[in-house]
Amino acid sequence: MSEYNPKIIGFLCNWCSYAGADLAGVSRFQYPPNIRVIRVMCSGRVHPSFILKAFKNGVDGVLIAGCHTPNDCHYISGNFKAERRVAVLKNLLTQLGLEPERLRLEWISAAEGEKFSKTVKEMTEDIRKLGPSPMKQEANE
Amino acid sequence: MKIAEILFWPVAMDVKYKEVEAMPDNYIDVCFFNGAIRNSEQKHLAELLRNKSKTLIAFGACAQLGGVPGLANESNAQEIFKTVYHNSPSTKNLTGSEPTQVVELAEGEVELPIFFDEVKPLDKIVAVDYYLPGCPPPPKIIFNAVEAIASGTLPPKGSILAPETAVCDECPRKKEEKRITEIKRIIEFTPVPEKCLLEQGIICMGPATRGGCDAKCLQANMPCTGCGGPRPNAEEQGAAMISALSTVLGIEDEKADNYSANELASQIKDPLGTFYKYALPSAIINKRYKK
Repeated sequence: MSEYNPKIIGFLCNWCSYAGADLAGVSRFQYPPNIRVIRVMCSGRVHPSFILKAFKNGVDGVLIAGCHTPNDCHYISGNFKAERRVAVLKNLLTQLGLEPERLRLEWISAAEGEKFSKTVKEMTEDIRKLGPSPMKQEANE
Repeated sequence: MKIAEILFWPVAMDVKYKEVEAMPDNYIDVCFFNGAIRNSEQKHLAELLRNKSKTLIAFGACAQLGGVPGLANESNAQEIFKTVYHNSPSTKNLTGSEPTQVVELAEGEVELPIFFDEVKPLDKIVAVDYYLPGCPPPPKIIFNAVEAIASGTLPPKGSILAPETAVCDECPRKKEEKRITEIKRIIEFTPVPEKCLLEQGIICMGPATRGGCDAKCLQANMPCTGCGGPRPNAEEQGAAMISALSTVLGIEDEKADNYSANELASQIKDPLGTFYKYALPSAIINKRYKK
């Protein structure tokens, strides 16, 4: 059987991280094709239910990427809200039997194409080590 | 005025299941079903009463959402039996016995219901026509429901028979801008009586919970624990509360040197038990998963 390929959903903010991912593309920084990117206006737009639903539907990892704290957020403090939501959700996911490493938050600016590519590489490897999400089987049934 | 005859009411009347089984289908006009589905007997009764009733109403938090017993979804049947019959400090089980499903006695075979791995709300077993939230449902909304049934003015099927408000809308406490620096528990201090509890650092599920209760708990100086289920237009109660609470928690200190989102989050001791006290079985992720 071929190597296990995790599926990762990435919520990238419009102003920094999506532009960062774009830069990774035009700069030809390689990164694994395991990430599926969804553009949101702000990392603070990512409601906890988006993340829970992604996991329930069987993804192996969720990446939320936004502008650097403290001063880069286009909406002043959306990134801080995302950071606190992720922190609470990590504790909740642990109680629900999911490794908190499956949920990752990164600050990636529009100039950090290389950081985006490195983050996706790292995350894919980390999740490959963890194996498929325990919810995957049920989601596929 | 007589508007109805009570056919079946296990806590108050002696009616046997077989008498219900003997009724023709759709014989009962309205059935208020309370309790979640945890074992095969409850599942049988849910299916039976669905067939015999024209209108089935999930009555109370357990039937609507899974309720407090639904927190057992953090565990499974095997683990529950292990704790209850072997490991709990007050248990002395010398023979190491567990309940078996069928027991042979002199009078014949006795059968116990099957204990499921998971607690489920009623609508995951059978189709439910209406929901009547609350733990327990407030008398006012029960009365309104009975009145709507008697006068034939029930809303469209699938409706929740409670107002389209959040608990906060009904809460008499004074609300200002919400900024929380620290989460506190109600036993740790005496809250100011007139002021919003959430603003004082107590986790109150009001913003994420459907009203209809006149915020009775808040009037008695206790925070809302969320028995009304998700507030209108909230997809999920826990997620709505996590979103609301993490937005305002530590908002003052964002630019401070010692700010730490993880430390703020760790002040919430039991997120699952706090945010999903009544609604775990009907949540997006409805149980604890095992590898």
